[in-house]
Amino acid sequence: MKLLPFIGKRAFHAIFVLLGLSIVIFVIARVMPGDPARVAVGAHAPDWVVQDIREQMHLDEPLVVQYFYWLRDALHGDFGVSLVTRRDVAQDIIEFFPASLELALFALLISAGLGITLGTLSAWHKDKFVDNLVRVLSYMGVVTPSFVFAILFLLLFGYLLHWFPTLGRLSEDVARPPTVTGFMTVDSLLAGDMVAFWDALKHLVLPALALAMGSMAQEARITRASMSENLNKDYIAASRAFGIPERYVMGRFLLKPSLIPTISIIGLDFAANFSNAFLVELIFVWPGLSRYGMNAILRKDLNAISAVILVLGVVFIIVNIIVDITVAKLDPRIGLRSARSE
Amino acid sequence: MTQQTNLSFSGLNAQQIKQLERESRREHWGRAWYKFSRNSLSIVGAVTILIIVFLAIFAPYVTPYPDHATKPFTDFANASQPPSLEHLFGTDEIGRDIFSRTIFGFRFSLSMGVIVLSLVVPVGVLLGLIAGYYQGTRIDSIIMRTTDIFLSVPSLILALAIASVLEPNLSHSMIAISLMWWPWYTRLVYGQTTALRNEFFVSSAEVTGASTAHILFREILPNILSSIFTKMSLDMGWVIIIGASLSFVGLGVQPPKPGLGTMVASGAKYLPDQWWISLFPALAIVVIVLGFNLLGDGLRDLFAAEEV
Repeated sequence: MKLLPFIGKRAFHAIFVLLGLSIVIFVIARVMPGDPARVAVGAHAPDWVVQDIREQMHLDEPLVVQYFYWLRDALHGDFGVSLVTRRDVAQDIIEFFPASLELALFALLISAGLGITLGTLSAWHKDKFVDNLVRVLSYMGVVTPSFVFAILFLLLFGYLLHWFPTLGRLSEDVARPPTVTGFMTVDSLLAGDMVAFWDALKHLVLPALALAMGSMAQEARITRASMSENLNKDYIAASRAFGIPERYVMGRFLLKPSLIPTISIIGLDFAANFSNAFLVELIFVWPGLSRYGMNAILRKDLNAISAVILVLGVVFIIVNIIVDITVAKLDPRIGLRSARSE
Repeated sequence: MTQQTNLSFSGLNAQQIKQLERESRREHWGRAWYKFSRNSLSIVGAVTILIIVFLAIFAPYVTPYPDHATKPFTDFANASQPPSLEHLFGTDEIGRDIFSRTIFGFRFSLSMGVIVLSLVVPVGVLLGLIAGYYQGTRIDSIIMRTTDIFLSVPSLILALAIASVLEPNLSHSMIAISLMWWPWYTRLVYGQTTALRNEFFVSSAEVTGASTAHILFREILPNILSSIFTKMSLDMGWVIIIGASLSFVGLGVQPPKPGLGTMVASGAKYLPDQWWISLFPALAIVVIVLGFNLLGDGLRDLFAAEEV
C-alpha cells in the first residue's frame, strides 16, 4: 500500500475516534450534575438572566440537538468563554499550548536520547555492572510517579545544589523575548537574545527531566530487550563471521531493527507526557496547557475542560499516525498495511 | 470440560478423571511456586506487599499515634518537627505524626487498587471475550471501536475530567479511574481470545454442542487467566499512582484524611524547608508501587516461561 492512501485511511479512522471522543466529552460536560447556565452567570444572577443564557447556550433543546450545536461550534474552533480567564477558550489554548508543547518536546528529546543510549549500553554489556545499574535505574523510573520526581528534583537540584532555577519559564530579571512561536527557547534565539535563551533552557531542564524519567526508563527497557533478542539472531553472527567491524554490526545492523518497538513506545510516551505534565506543571508553576486545564478542572470550567481534552486527543491521534508511518518506513516487513493499530 | 461433555475416551470414570485433574493441578502449582521462589526480586516484591497489607490492616495497633490519622487533631506545639526517634518521619504543619499518617495512607491506596480492579476486570474481560469470540461481527466492531475512543486519550486526563465534574472524594475518584481502565482488559482479552477461538479444543467444544457461556468461561477464559493476573498485579501499581495523582491535585482523598497523594500535595507548600512533610509520603507511594511491580514481573516471567 502506498503512503498517501495509508494516511487517508488512518485519518478516516481518526475522525471516527475523534467523533466518539467528542461524544464522551460532551456527556462529561453536559450531563453531569450542575446547571451550566447557572455556573456561567454566577450564583447571584437573577433567574431571568439564567433563562436567557440557557436559551443562548441551547440548553433548553434536547441533548442530541445540543450536541450538534456544540460540535458545530467546536469545529469552528469556538469552545465558548472560559469561566476562569473570562476570555475565549480557543484564545487561551493558543496562548498556553506552546509552553506545554515545548516542555513535552524537550522531555521527548531527553527521554528518547537517554533511553536509547542507556538501553543500548545495557544490551551491549549484558549482565555486567553497567547493565545491572541501568536496569535498577529504569525500574525506579517506571515505578515512581512523575510528581514525585518533580519534588525530588526540585529539592535536590533546585534548592539544595542550586544548579537550576526552580519555578516558571524565565527568571524575573530577564526580559521576555517577543512572542513568535510561543516556544521561549526558539523565540529568544530568533530575537538573538542569548541571555534569555540560556535562562529559558535552564528553566526547562528540571520539569522536562521530571517528565522524561518515566518514559526514559520504559524506552531503555524496551531497547535493551529488543537488542538482546536480536543479538542472538543468525544475521548478526553471520555479519561478524564475515569480519564486518563490530561498530557497524552494532550501529547499523543491530540498532535499526531493534529500535522499532522503542519508537512505538516513544509515541505513546510523548502523548503520556501531556497528561503527566498536569502534575509537573503544577509543581514548577509552568504556565502551560496542563496547568490551565488543571485550574479549569478545579473550578469546574467545563468549556475549558472539554477544549483541553479535545486538543490532547487530537495531539495523541496525530502522534500515533506519525509513529505508525515511521515504524512502517523502518521495517520493510511490516508494510503500511498491517501498521494499522488493532 | 470433561464432566459436562460426558465423553470419556480413556475408560476412566468421572471421579477418577477429577482425581487426576486435582493431582496435576497440585503439581502445577507446586512447580510454579518453586520457580517463583527462585526469583529473589519477586520474593522481595511479595514480602513488601505482605508487610504493607499487614501494616495497613493493623494500622491502629502498629502506629504510634493512630489518633493523628483518624481524628481531627492539632498540636501546634509540636508542629513541623524534623524526623526524630519520637516522630520517625517528623510532624506536619499542624503537629501530626507523618509516620502514622503514612501507614494509614496505605489503607486508601490499597483499597483504591482493590476496588478499582474488582470493578474493572470483570467488565473488561467479559467484553473482551465477547468481542473476541464474535470477531468480525458488528458486536466486535462496536465494542472495540468504543475501546479505541477511550484509549485515544491518556487515562489520567479523562479520569481528571470525570473526577472534576463530580464532588471530589475517594469513591468518585475510584469511579473515574474505573471508567477509564476497563478498555485495557478488553483489549488484552480480545487479542488472546481471537487467537484461541480457532484452536481445536474450542471447535471440539462447539461441535459437541457446548453453550457459548461454557466455551467463553470454561474453555477460553482459563487459558488467559495467567495474563489477566499478571496485568492485575502490575495494574495495582498504576492504579495506585493515578489515585495518588488525583489526590495530589485535590480530586481524591480529602484532607484531613491521610491519602498519600493528599499528604504530598499539602506538604509541597512547605518545600524546601520542611521537606519531610511531602517526601516520606511520596517515597511510600514509590515503595508500594515498586512492590506490586516486582511481584507482577515475577508472575509474568513465571507464566512466560511456562508457555514455552
